[in-house]
Amino acid sequence: MSKYDKLTTNAVGRTVPQVVNGKDATPFLGVGKFRPTGRKFAPRISTLADYPEDGNKVVPGLKEALIRSGLSDGMVISTHHHFRNGDLVAIQIFDIAAELGIKGLTWVPSASFECHAPLIKYLEDGTIHHIEGSMNGALGRFTSEGGMQGLGILRSHGGRYQAIQDGDVQIDIAVIAAPTADPFGNATGDRGPAACGLLGFALADSQYADKVIVVTDNLVPFPCVPWQIHGNYVDFVVVLDKIGIPEKIISGTTEITKSPDRLLLAEMTAQFCDEAGIIRDGFSFQAGAGGTALSIGIYFAEMCRQRGMKARFARGGSNKYLVKMLEEGLVDYILDGQTFDLEGVRSMRENPGHLNTSPFTSYNYHGKGNFAQFVDVVILGATEVDVNFNANVVTHSDGYLLHGIGGWMNCLLSKCVILPVPLFRDRMPVILDDVTTICGPGELIDVIVTERGIAINPLRTDLIEKMKGSNLPIKTIQQLKAEAEKICGKPSKPRVTDEVVAVIKWVDGTVIDSVFRIDK
Amino acid sequence: MEFVSDKIAAIGNKGKGIRSDCFITMELTEGEGIQLELVSKVQSMFGEDIRNLIFQILDFFEVKNARILVEDSGALSLVLAARLEAAIKVLKPVDKDFLLPLIPENLYNTASDRNRFSRLYLPGNTPSLSINAGIHKPDGIILDLEDAVAPSKKYEARFLVRNSLRGIDFYGAERMVRINQVPQGLEDLEFVVPHNVNLILLPKCESADQVNQVNSRIAAIKAKTRDSQPIWIMPIIESALGVLKAFEIALSENVVAMAIGLEDYTADLGTRRTQDGNESFFARSMVVNACKAAGIQAIDSVFSDVADMEALKQNVIRSKALGFDGMGCIHPRQIKVIHDNFAPDHDEIEKAKKIVNAFIIATEKGLGVVSLGTKMIDPPVVKRAQKVIDLAVTMNKLKSDWREEFLSEVK
Repeated sequence: MSKYDKLTTNAVGRTVPQVVNGKDATPFLGVGKFRPTGRKFAPRISTLADYPEDGNKVVPGLKEALIRSGLSDGMVISTHHHFRNGDLVAIQIFDIAAELGIKGLTWVPSASFECHAPLIKYLEDGTIHHIEGSMNGALGRFTSEGGMQGLGILRSHGGRYQAIQDGDVQIDIAVIAAPTADPFGNATGDRGPAACGLLGFALADSQYADKVIVVTDNLVPFPCVPWQIHGNYVDFVVVLDKIGIPEKIISGTTEITKSPDRLLLAEMTAQFCDEAGIIRDGFSFQAGAGGTALSIGIYFAEMCRQRGMKARFARGGSNKYLVKMLEEGLVDYILDGQTFDLEGVRSMRENPGHLNTSPFTSYNYHGKGNFAQFVDVVILGATEVDVNFNANVVTHSDGYLLHGIGGWMNCLLSKCVILPVPLFRDRMPVILDDVTTICGPGELIDVIVTERGIAINPLRTDLIEKMKGSNLPIKTIQQLKAEAEKICGKPSKPRVTDEVVAVIKWVDGTVIDSVFRIDK
Repeated sequence: MEFVSDKIAAIGNKGKGIRSDCFITMELTEGEGIQLELVSKVQSMFGEDIRNLIFQILDFFEVKNARILVEDSGALSLVLAARLEAAIKVLKPVDKDFLLPLIPENLYNTASDRNRFSRLYLPGNTPSLSINAGIHKPDGIILDLEDAVAPSKKYEARFLVRNSLRGIDFYGAERMVRINQVPQGLEDLEFVVPHNVNLILLPKCESADQVNQVNSRIAAIKAKTRDSQPIWIMPIIESALGVLKAFEIALSENVVAMAIGLEDYTADLGTRRTQDGNESFFARSMVVNACKAAGIQAIDSVFSDVADMEALKQNVIRSKALGFDGMGCIHPRQIKVIHDNFAPDHDEIEKAKKIVNAFIIATEKGLGVVSLGTKMIDPPVVKRAQKVIDLAVTMNKLKSDWREEFLSEVK
């Protein structure tokens, strides 16, 4: 099986394959253009006759659970990333697979982290054929240099739900690490030594995988309440000493930035939102994890406090700052997609206004609506932006794949998308003629805020009109690009070959761009 | 790359946390040509550019045989050029300078009495901090060659400061350089005077003679370059002797403002700097009085706790009450607090509006005396009120056509 075949040019002018790892793939057709037909994927029907009468599904170890799940060559194995860089489970799965001499597996994590770098050896020896999810850091570097046997597939959080629901990805075995679980398989993330808040990223896995294994280090007697994951989906429960490293689960990217340049960006962004009339009583916003996004939240909170207003809801990742807003009555609800610190975990446990959501409710494009689409304003990052407002979040300007998409792509469908980015990083201009990889089509990106000027997408004539007479430095995207080049010089394009090593899937499952092998 | 000779130049910065800089190791060889190794964070985007610039500079200084290792963390051309020139000049005596173009955005002079609420200190040898300094809109930017540069780095810092003055857009801020103490500082002047500096800060100043030495050296350099733009001087008083000589220093030529540096001053007194500042009350008052008597601006010391904005605010309010016109800052986040609290407040503006209005009416009527109600207003009071109004307008605290609204309210 060749990695890919039938290259074509898609609706945003990028070269993409129409066959990926032996399966047909549709090139990106434009936003909202691809119409799915048919019915959702359905897992096998189970029968009570095959399960323990007393509901106790505990088996002695992960190896036994995997063997009893039928682990064999070419299977698709999924995991979630709620433990972020503190995950201790994914590696063990593939250690066991390698020990059993299994080959050609597909790993479908909801995201990967630096802690997963040891899996490179299994990509090299063929235990893992390819990854569908994200390839961060060392895994991205490995992929970019052409090391992976199959083609990497990157999806957004919503795109992962869509792919599993639609049957684009058919999971044979889902391994769900759960901070607390009962012997029946009910599981929750909001308590236990490895508490991570919620388990929303594993929802699709529990619903659609052939076999589901819950792994916990905190087994409680039935019932485990709340049951974020229903035991009714679960085949086996495994108890391990330790499933995650708490201090790494609570990631370090959740402190407010101290960088004066980034604070200025945050301040300008908040002022823009204010002048554009977005900050009003009952508004909603996306809460991000990055230092700049966090700081903008602080400015929003201050505006609400001063004017006696409140936001109706904040969607996204929760942390101590957002929890403070909730407890101070500055926001009615947190619709939480992933919990970034212990305050978030505590709040989710205690506060009825702090709700756990999943990629199904928040992000899935192949559904009857989702929460992200009606958020008033989302503030996101990007590695690069181009003069057509296309943006990149997965590759760097040297061509290397280093980041996943996360919920970024799904958030683009909200009412107003703002990307605060520095005009240049060291000597690297951020605004270019063409982004290295398109992850977001320009028509969905409304405003680029840099420390030296703000560019509004010409399609947003309403915003342009509102910002007339503003004291903020409103410029065209071309002006910003020219300013960056005046300071840094005109950059050369990354040196890549014409060999595709990974593809980027749009929220509807079509292929929006390819990542090419680095020319070393 | 292996370096063998006993004469190696090692210039610049590298390692964890270093950004927008480069580190150059270089030695001259005999008959081996140029051996260049470039390790760059921006290799794919600018590798070719960087190599071209390096060869252009080597060519300019007629370096034919050398071994050079460039470890680049994303340095702009002006930084790379400064580092390489310093490396070459460490290894071989040359009597010319490699100058990149002076950007047109930086061709502005500053008025002697311009606003100097805030001036941001930047370590002269740390390029990552100066590139974006202007976007924070301080009134002045200080490229520091004195205390913020380690003794071993003073030589190379001069090249970087020179290139920064020529090539970094500071978006209208007054371009200042703090030179080293006289006499060492006189040498620093050679690197900044011909390159578009607006103001020289003279540290640890203790006599008018020191100011005169700086003035003479500036005049001598300008005579060579036939340059006529004004270069102002801001002496910094940092010792007991300096405090007692404050008035003669303030009266010196080209001195437009005088600052006080309290860290060194309190050390000189053998005491410690406290939150209340009682230990420096005399010195601050002396400096303020010397400045006001000489008709120049009085500038307060920096506030060193960059995390405590509330304490900074209180400090600014006290400083303004003592008569200071501005203050130094060591972090961009301090600028806004300093501006907001040095700026005229609501009561000051309201009072000034009444006085200025009375003055305009008196002038229109041809009256020699300005009066407000039953009170006579002296000319200096009118002048101060006008200054408050001008400031308020510049800082967007008052519309330039404020008088229309004022008159309609009065009616």
